[in-house]
Amino acid sequence: MAEVLIVAEHDGATLNASTARCVSCAEEIAGDQVDIAVFADDGQALAAQAAKLAGVRTVLLIERAENAHPVAAVLAPQLAALATNYSHVLGPSTTFGKDLMPRTAALLGVGQLSDIMAVESPYRFKRPIYAGNAIVTVEANTGATLVATVRTASYGQTGSGGAAAIERRETDASIPAHTRFVELRTASDGSRPDLQSATKIVSGGRGVGSGENFALIYDLAEKLGAAVGASRAAVDAGYVANDLQVGQTGKIVAPDLYIAIGISGAIQHLTGIKDAGTIVAINKDEDAPIFDVADIGLVTDLFTAVPELTDALGD
Amino acid sequence: MQRILVCLKRVVDYNVRVRLKPDGSGVVLDGVKMSINPFDEIALEEALRIRERGEVEEVVVASIGTSDSQQQLRTGLAMGADRAVLVETDAQLEPLTVARTLLALVDRENPDLVLLGKQAIDADNNQTAQMLAALWQRPHAVFVSELSIDGAAATAVREVDAGLEVVEVDLPAVVSSDLRLNEPRYVKLPEIMKAKKKLLETIAFAELGIDATSQFSVVSTDPPPERAQGIRVDSVEALVAELKSRGLVDG
Ligand SMILES: Cc1cc2nc3c(=O)[nH]c(=O)nc-3n(C[C@H](O)[C@H](O)[C@H](O)COP(=O)(O)OP(=O)(O)OC[C@H]3O[C@@H](n4cnc5c(N)ncnc54)[C@H](O)[C@@H]3O)c2cc1C
Ligand SMILES: Nc1ncnc2c1ncn2[C@@H]1O[C@H](COP(=O)(O)O)[C@@H](O)[C@H]1O
Repeated sequence: MAEVLIVAEHDGATLNASTARCVSCAEEIAGDQVDIAVFADDGQALAAQAAKLAGVRTVLLIERAENAHPVAAVLAPQLAALATNYSHVLGPSTTFGKDLMPRTAALLGVGQLSDIMAVESPYRFKRPIYAGNAIVTVEANTGATLVATVRTASYGQTGSGGAAAIERRETDASIPAHTRFVELRTASDGSRPDLQSATKIVSGGRGVGSGENFALIYDLAEKLGAAVGASRAAVDAGYVANDLQVGQTGKIVAPDLYIAIGISGAIQHLTGIKDAGTIVAINKDEDAPIFDVADIGLVTDLFTAVPELTDALGD
Repeated sequence: MQRILVCLKRVVDYNVRVRLKPDGSGVVLDGVKMSINPFDEIALEEALRIRERGEVEEVVVASIGTSDSQQQLRTGLAMGADRAVLVETDAQLEPLTVARTLLALVDRENPDLVLLGKQAIDADNNQTAQMLAALWQRPHAVFVSELSIDGAAATAVREVDAGLEVVEVDLPAVVSSDLRLNEPRYVKLPEIMKAKKKLLETIAFAELGIDATSQFSVVSTDPPPERAQGIRVDSVEALVAELKSRGLVDG
């Protein structure tokens, strides 16, 4: 029988939505045999949030001072120690999970599967390769613990209303002191919706031209109640912060509506938006590859079209 | 520092539009342009800059793959690496096996720092650096966009979902590069000539005695689901009407 342990992602106060997405994937693997591990220094409230997720059997709370920050070298030995009771150990395909899960797998002496996008059976999965240009069906040995990351854009969040038991756990894992968290610098002030759970996203590219001009993107996003995203070129040029980058090496998003403005549609960008419900492209170049994937395309100058669009959307 | 080891993987060039074999057996590689994985080029550039600042003596590049990977190692030498090591194998190795192989190289070379790319753009695994660090029982800092060495430790700025995370790691350590770490230099012709004389050592994979059992097998390789053909509108007004009719905006 498959039993899944999910590692919770959080910022010390709030559970990240990626955890509820992992539960949806885990249910397809193991039905109701799904537990969540919460590593924190003061984690009661977090464990209570995890316990409310529908479909969770038990929440394991591992509290120690070293767990105050998500340092992979610190968490991996503890997660590996807990993993021995499970057939599967899952983390999200966020930067948190990508950092932690391979280290955990190697400590267990097993491989890791990245970015599960579909479960065909407890040991058979689909995942993207080549920036999503191909999808492979992969079969894993049943004899080894299966450590994997879940492509969060492929799964919705499980509901709330669960009432899992919370158990405190201690591990005898020895924790290295060679890796030290210094600080987290966040550019976003939290006033805009989070890209990875937003239902609407307005994204700007190099065509927007400057950081000041990004006000056009923000104004439109404001009107729509949308999150703001960007292409790599816009981030590299310093128009916006790195955490807004969408794509192969940025965030993979799955909103109902994605509006790409002044973005050419390079394959590395497109791989991040394939799960969007409706893609709208505004670009002055009618041959831009973004139009190949756009559901609605408008060939025009963004500097006239975007303010017009913002106005037309009423208050 | 004495030495930095940089890992270079030979992959399909990032500009190539990959095509799938019609029978689902994989990606077409015959006659396709191959290059150093872009993140690895960035990793190498960083190592060279550290050496140019006088903070390390030697930069060694390593690759695991077929004899064709010599091309990428030569390019690395032309960029400025001092010498190269190829672990030769025709087999497709899983990241854990690659990490075990790199650990064997680490045991021979005793680097103070191992620099890798954050992910190889063929399989998009994003695992090897983290695994190598675990096997080596050393720190890792991955997705790094700024790196400074201060004596026995390094400070790394990491690109994470919430913004930028700063960590300090004791050396030796494993670091993986993100795109904004630097912009790699162009190779000049005289450097290519000079690189031909640099040492490129080849080790047979079998010689290292590494367990290469695979845990995963690929059953099939298929194209991604296609999106339905879209429409064009010719004005903002028409766009708004379309969005409204699809229930995507109010009104
Ligand atoms: C390994 C690797 C990983 C990468 N990962 C990512 C990733 O995660 N995310 C990502 O986005 N990119 C990524 N890239 C970069 C990617 O290849 C492209 O370079 C990048 O997406 C281009 O950004 P852009 O579309 O904003 O810029 P450009 O390609 O320069 O396009 C700008 C567009 O704006 C349009 N435009 C200009 N002015 C106007 C105007 N006034 N009105 C309307 N339209 C206008 C132009 O017609 C053009 O189409 C990666 C590259 C590599 C090699
Ligand atoms: N066969 C290989 N040879 C050399 N380096 C490799 C190899 N495979 C992976 N790497 C390194 O590990 C990084 C991450 O790869 P991956 O975990 O496969 O996404 C790459 O960017 C390379 O630096």
